[in-house]
Amino acid sequence: MVQDWRKLEVVDRCVADSYETPTMAETHSLQDLQQPAVSSKVFVQRDYSSGTICKFQTKFPSELESRVDKQQFEETIQTLNNLYAEAEKLGGKSYLEGCLACLTAYTIFLCMETHYEKVLKKIARYIKDQNEKIYAPRGLLLTDPIERGLRVVEITIFEDRSIGSGR
Amino acid sequence: MMKNCEYQQIDPRALSVSPSSAQNHTETKAQRPRRKWEVFPGKNRFFCDGRIILARQSGVLPLTLGLIVVTCGLFFAFDCPFLVEHLTVFIPVIGGVLFVFVVISLLRTSFTDPGILPRATPDEAADIEKQIDTSGSSTYRPPPRTKEILINQQVVKLKYCFTCKMFRPPRTSHCSLCDNCVERFDHHCPWVGNCVGKRNYRFFYSFIISLSFLTSFIFGCVITHITLRSQAGKSLVQAIQESPASVVELVICFFSVWSILGLSGFHTYLVASNLTTNEDIKGSWSSKRGAEESGNPYSYNNIITNCCATLCGPMPPSLIDRRGFLPPDEAIPAASASEIELPPFAAKNDAHMCTQSTKDVLERMVHSSEFPGLCPPGTPKTSPLGLEATSVSGPSTETSPSTGCSRQLAHGPVVTPCPPFSRSSKRDSLHSINPAFRLASPSPSLSRTNLFLSESADVGFIPLT
Repeated sequence: MVQDWRKLEVVDRCVADSYETPTMAETHSLQDLQQPAVSSKVFVQRDYSSGTICKFQTKFPSELESRVDKQQFEETIQTLNNLYAEAEKLGGKSYLEGCLACLTAYTIFLCMETHYEKVLKKIARYIKDQNEKIYAPRGLLLTDPIERGLRVVEITIFEDRSIGSGR
Repeated sequence: MMKNCEYQQIDPRALSVSPSSAQNHTETKAQRPRRKWEVFPGKNRFFCDGRIILARQSGVLPLTLGLIVVTCGLFFAFDCPFLVEHLTVFIPVIGGVLFVFVVISLLRTSFTDPGILPRATPDEAADIEKQIDTSGSSTYRPPPRTKEILINQQVVKLKYCFTCKMFRPPRTSHCSLCDNCVERFDHHCPWVGNCVGKRNYRFFYSFIISLSFLTSFIFGCVITHITLRSQAGKSLVQAIQESPASVVELVICFFSVWSILGLSGFHTYLVASNLTTNEDIKGSWSSKRGAEESGNPYSYNNIITNCCATLCGPMPPSLIDRRGFLPPDEAIPAASASEIELPPFAAKNDAHMCTQSTKDVLERMVHSSEFPGLCPPGTPKTSPLGLEATSVSGPSTETSPSTGCSRQLAHGPVVTPCPPFSRSSKRDSLHSINPAFRLASPSPSLSRTNLFLSESADVGFIPLT
């Protein structure tokens, strides 16, 4: 992945500048990378087939195949999709909120939390919960999509210390 | 020489305390934590510590406000006393309510984030690049990248935004004035000095509707006033002479009424058919389907539902988190915004791509004790992106790193950001870089870190080049 490129290029360049043998330089970089390192990130993109509502693709990324159960992952994404659908739902409650806001010249938003924001908090709690229970033990980390502008669900894959070859 | 490339001596933990731009970093740490709006890459201005967002050019917002205030002021001062006397006290009351509503709507439209999409993080951008590269052939900067998707069984093309490094979601457009991608982009309104998009369209709509009521109301009242005056045995000219302000109001209102009413009518049509001005002007749906409503895949095919969805739907949150704090290690110089949301990429500035990537790596290093810290890790990132980069920046990414490296070695301790992009580092986008970090203060302690990534790509090269 990109991360690997960087390290390799780094090694190459320093080799050129330092007149050292590649092996030595490589060794140096390897020695330094003994900590559990971020190996890669997987991005689950948005699914626009139903329009502009916030929905993520439930397709299981191949990089996670060895890491987590497909069923589990799809369930997580599906729950997230459902939560976002709840936030964006057009219904009596949201219309009421909208009309009330309009009547008060939108000043009501200064004091009140919108329905969407409440659901976002719920989503944050859910993701934290999922991370703690399911993903962290497997060396994965889900990032809340709101931190990425609701564009992607970013899954960070942490490499094991033991798998230190060339990374 | 190897000693200068002393990456093995750099202790990651030490780095988190004293990174390459050591002095600056400690300075920053000692300073108050910075908020994300301070390093926002778009052309926006922020007030009240990030609470208020405006486009860089405020356009004619002061004029709009001025006209409204002046006209209403004259109305209350000169016409109302007469009308209260001869008609009813409710006239100033109604006028007052409308005036308040108009001003609040206007300010809300101007000061609200229209639905700006934060730019893609470097990892995201790289991931997208990879997907494009693997799926197609791109030897040099390819023609505008598009992706076709199906929305409600209709083919929609998504365009790739080179500035924000991502495929734009449907109905999103990039505003060149604000240099941001805006969701459900309607238009950039100079009268309100901001883009009109998903989040502030309802405010904009209520502004123009209430303004049309206000102008019509004042227009009517002024006509009534002058008519009543001239009826009381005086001639029209005499009536006007007695109340000259009314003429001013009359002129302003006369010209405003037509345009505002026209605009309101147009936007009412747009709301009812769930279209944006952008789509309407481009004829995105109408040309293909003729008069068929189903041409627009976003429409609910029901006027009431369309209106409710657009105006009374749930209020989406702001995606740019202006007031969030940058994590302390991220608060290091600038060009890069928060690790999370706002990579400050100027589309054609490699320095920033490098900066962000180095910052990213730094962040990761700090968090996971990984030590990347060597020669510009940013470089590989630009290889896929270098396709577009090479067209704008002179030195090839291949040669510059080594040039940078050797330069540093030759010049000894220099605060080195990211060697490769010396040329482009001198260019634009410097506005987003914290000036504090321009002091590329060489110091012995930094010699070890001269190959390490720091945040500000530009700093290191000012003395070197």
